[in-house]
Amino acid sequence: MARKDSSPNVDRRKFLAGVAVAGAATAVAPKVSAAAVGAAEKKLPSALPPSAQQIAAEVGTPKALAQATRPDGSDFMVDVIKSLDIEYLPSNCASSFRGLHESLINYGHNKKPEFLTVNHEEIAVAMGHGYFKVTGKPMMTLAHGTVGMQHACMAMYNAWCDRVPVIMVGGNHLEASMRPPGVPTFHSAQDINALVRDFTKWDDTPLSLNHFAQSFVRAYKIAMTPPYGPVAIALDADLQQEPIKNGEKLSIPRYVPTSPPQGDTGAVKEAARLLANAERPVLVVDRTARTPNAIKLLVELAELLQCPVVDRGARMNFPKTHHLSRAPGVIGQADVIIGLELADFWATVNAWIDTGEGGHGINESRIKDDTKLISINSSDLLTKANYQDFQRFQVVDVHMAADAEATLPALIEAVRSAIPAGRKAAIERRGEASRKAKAEARQRNLAAMAVGWDASPISTARLTMEVWAQIKDLDWSMVGSDRQMSGWPSRIWPMEKHYHHLGHSGGAGLGYNLSAAVGAALANRPLGRFSLNFQPDGDFMYSPGALWTSAHHNIPMLTVMHNNRGYHQEVMHVQRLSNRRNRVAALGKTTGPIGTSIEAPDIDYAKMAQSMGVQGFGPIKDPAELGPTLKRAVDAVKSGQPALVDVWTQPR
Amino acid sequence: MSNVVRVGVAALAACLLIETGAALAASADNGKKVYMAVGCWGCHGTVGQGGVTGPKLAPEPLPYEAFSAFVRTTNRAMPPYREPVLSNSDLADIHAYLEAQPKAADHKTIPLLNQ
Repeated sequence: MARKDSSPNVDRRKFLAGVAVAGAATAVAPKVSAAAVGAAEKKLPSALPPSAQQIAAEVGTPKALAQATRPDGSDFMVDVIKSLDIEYLPSNCASSFRGLHESLINYGHNKKPEFLTVNHEEIAVAMGHGYFKVTGKPMMTLAHGTVGMQHACMAMYNAWCDRVPVIMVGGNHLEASMRPPGVPTFHSAQDINALVRDFTKWDDTPLSLNHFAQSFVRAYKIAMTPPYGPVAIALDADLQQEPIKNGEKLSIPRYVPTSPPQGDTGAVKEAARLLANAERPVLVVDRTARTPNAIKLLVELAELLQCPVVDRGARMNFPKTHHLSRAPGVIGQADVIIGLELADFWATVNAWIDTGEGGHGINESRIKDDTKLISINSSDLLTKANYQDFQRFQVVDVHMAADAEATLPALIEAVRSAIPAGRKAAIERRGEASRKAKAEARQRNLAAMAVGWDASPISTARLTMEVWAQIKDLDWSMVGSDRQMSGWPSRIWPMEKHYHHLGHSGGAGLGYNLSAAVGAALANRPLGRFSLNFQPDGDFMYSPGALWTSAHHNIPMLTVMHNNRGYHQEVMHVQRLSNRRNRVAALGKTTGPIGTSIEAPDIDYAKMAQSMGVQGFGPIKDPAELGPTLKRAVDAVKSGQPALVDVWTQPR
Repeated sequence: MSNVVRVGVAALAACLLIETGAALAASADNGKKVYMAVGCWGCHGTVGQGGVTGPKLAPEPLPYEAFSAFVRTTNRAMPPYREPVLSNSDLADIHAYLEAQPKAADHKTIPLLNQ
C-alpha cells in the first residue's frame, strides 16, 4: 500500500497500521451485507449452537460498546491534513463535517491541526488571513455546507482580494437519497463551492478518499503558489463516515512547493534600463513582500537607485525609518514609476475626486504625461470576470505578469549593470535630497499631531503616541489595521519588521479586523511578541465573538478601541450628498446622519469584553486617563491574557 | 428721525453686519453647535484639527472672507455649504468657533511626541 512519494513526516504509517488492525478485527467479527445474509440462510440450519464469542457476549458483562471494524474515511483525511503541517483549524462546529471533526480531536489528538472554537465562519477565515501574514503558512477551516459557507463568504472575498491563502473545507450531504431529512437537507447543495467560486483560485468535490488526498494536497499547493489565494473543498458527509473499504489502497501525495513565476528576462532588462537612466524614479510597493526577505531586497533596489519608496500598505514592505521611505506625494515628480504587486495601479497614478459632477465625480492624473510606468504583478496571472477587484484599467509601458519578490534579484542585478558610471554622483544626490525631505516631513507630522492634543473625544494622534509609550520597548506587532486612524502609527512608529504592520483586509469588508488580529496574535504567541490591535467599533460589531475565541484559547492581545461611534466613511458620504442637494442632513438622535452612527445607546465595549472573559477597561474619554489605563491593560496582556481598552476617539 | 426710519436703519445695519462683517458679532458657542450639527466635525475633527479626511481648520483658521468663499463655492471632495443648508450667521459662528481654538503646543514640548 505504501507509496514512495509519500511524505516521511506523515502519520500515514500509523493510519495504515490502523487499517491492518481493523482488517484483523474484521476476520473475527465480519460485517455481513443484507444480500449475503439471504444467501447464507439457504445453506445453514435454522439454529446453530452458539459460539464461545456469542456466549460471552450474551452472558458476560460487556467491557465496552462494539467498536467500528475498520477506520472511517475521516481518519484517513486527518492523515492527509497532517501531512501538510497545518497548525490550526478555526471552525464553527456543524453536523456535515462531524466525521472529520471527531477524527481530528480523537484520532488526530487535536494537534496539527488544533481545532479552535469560533462563533462565526467569517471569524475562522479572517483568523487564517491574519495568521498567514505573520507566519507565511495557511490555516484551514471547516464550514457547514451552504449556511457556513455563506457566512464565510465575505472573509473569503477579503482573502481573495488580498491574495492570501486559506483552505476552506465545506461539509455537505451530497447523496440526496441518503442525506438526513430536515435541517441537513436545507443545508445541502449540489455544489456548495459555487458560492465562493468567483473568489477562490480552485475548488473540488472529492468522490473517494484517494480523490480527497489528491485534492487536498493540490488545493494546498495551488493556494500557496503566488499569486496566493483561497481554495475550497466540498467534503461529502458520507465519505467521512463510511468505513474504508477492505483492501482499498490509499496514498497521500507528497507536497512539493511550486516555484513562483519570475519576470521575463527581456522585460526585466528593459525595466532596469528605464530605472537606471531615470532622473526621478519612484518605487511603489503594496502586496510586494510575501516574505521578510523581500524587505531586504527592496532596500537593496532602492539604495542602488537612491529612489523614494512609496508603500501603499497592504504589507510591511519597506522600513519606515529608511531615508528613502516617503509619502505618496513624490509620485507626482516621477519620470519612471515601478509598481510592484499593486492592488490598484490606476489609483496609484490617478485620483478620483468625488465632486458629484455628472453623478460620477472627476478623474485627475497624479503624474506627468510622459512618465514611464513599469508593473510586476502576479495578480495578472489570475483575473476573474465577475468581481471587480482588478480595478480600473491602467496602461503601463513594461508589464510583467510575474511575482515581484521572485523577480527582484534579477531586477537588482540588471539595474546594477545598467546604471551608467556617469550617473552615480547624481544618484547619491537624490538620496541626500530624500533624507532631508523625510526629516522635514517627520517634523510636519509631529506638529500636526500636537493639534487637538488635549481634545475629548481623544485624537487619534494622541492615542497613537500614548500606546507607543507603553509598547515601544517590547517586541511588538500591530496586528490590526491603522487605516481608520489617519494612519498615524504607520506615519510615525519605527516599523521595520514584517510583523510590525500587517496591512488591511484587501476587500474592505467589515468583520475582518478583530478576527484577523486574533489570528495574527495566535501566530505571535509562541514567539513572545506583544500583539496590539487598533480596533474600529463598526468592524468590531460584525464579529465580536472573536474576542471570546481569544479568551477561550488564551491568545494574548491588546485591543484598543478606536471608538468613534459611527460608520464614519458613511457619515461623510451622506453629508456630502446632502450638501450637494442643498439639504440639511437629518441627524435624528445621533451625531451623524441617520443610519450612520453607533450611538443612543452607546455600546460599552469594556463590558462586552468582560462578558467574554477578556479584561475590559474604559470607556476612556479624558486623554489624561489614557496612559495609566493602557499600562494596566498592557500588564494584563503580558501575563498572557487578552485585554481591551475602550477609547472614545475623534472620527479619524 | 422717525422711529420707523430708525428701525429701518438699524435693520439695514444689522443686515450689512451679517453680510460683511459677520465674524465680529459671531458666537463661538453657537458655532460649536452648528459645526457639529452640519457635519464639519466629520472630516476635520471636533476641534478642527484635521486628518486624512480633511485639512486642519484650526487653530488659526483662514481669514473669514477666504473661509466663507471656500465653504460656499468649493467643488472638490468637500461639498459646498450653500445658504439653504447653512445660514450666513451660522457660518460666521463656525468661524468664530475655529478662531477660539487655542494655539497648539509646540510638539517639541510634548514628551509623548519626543519618545
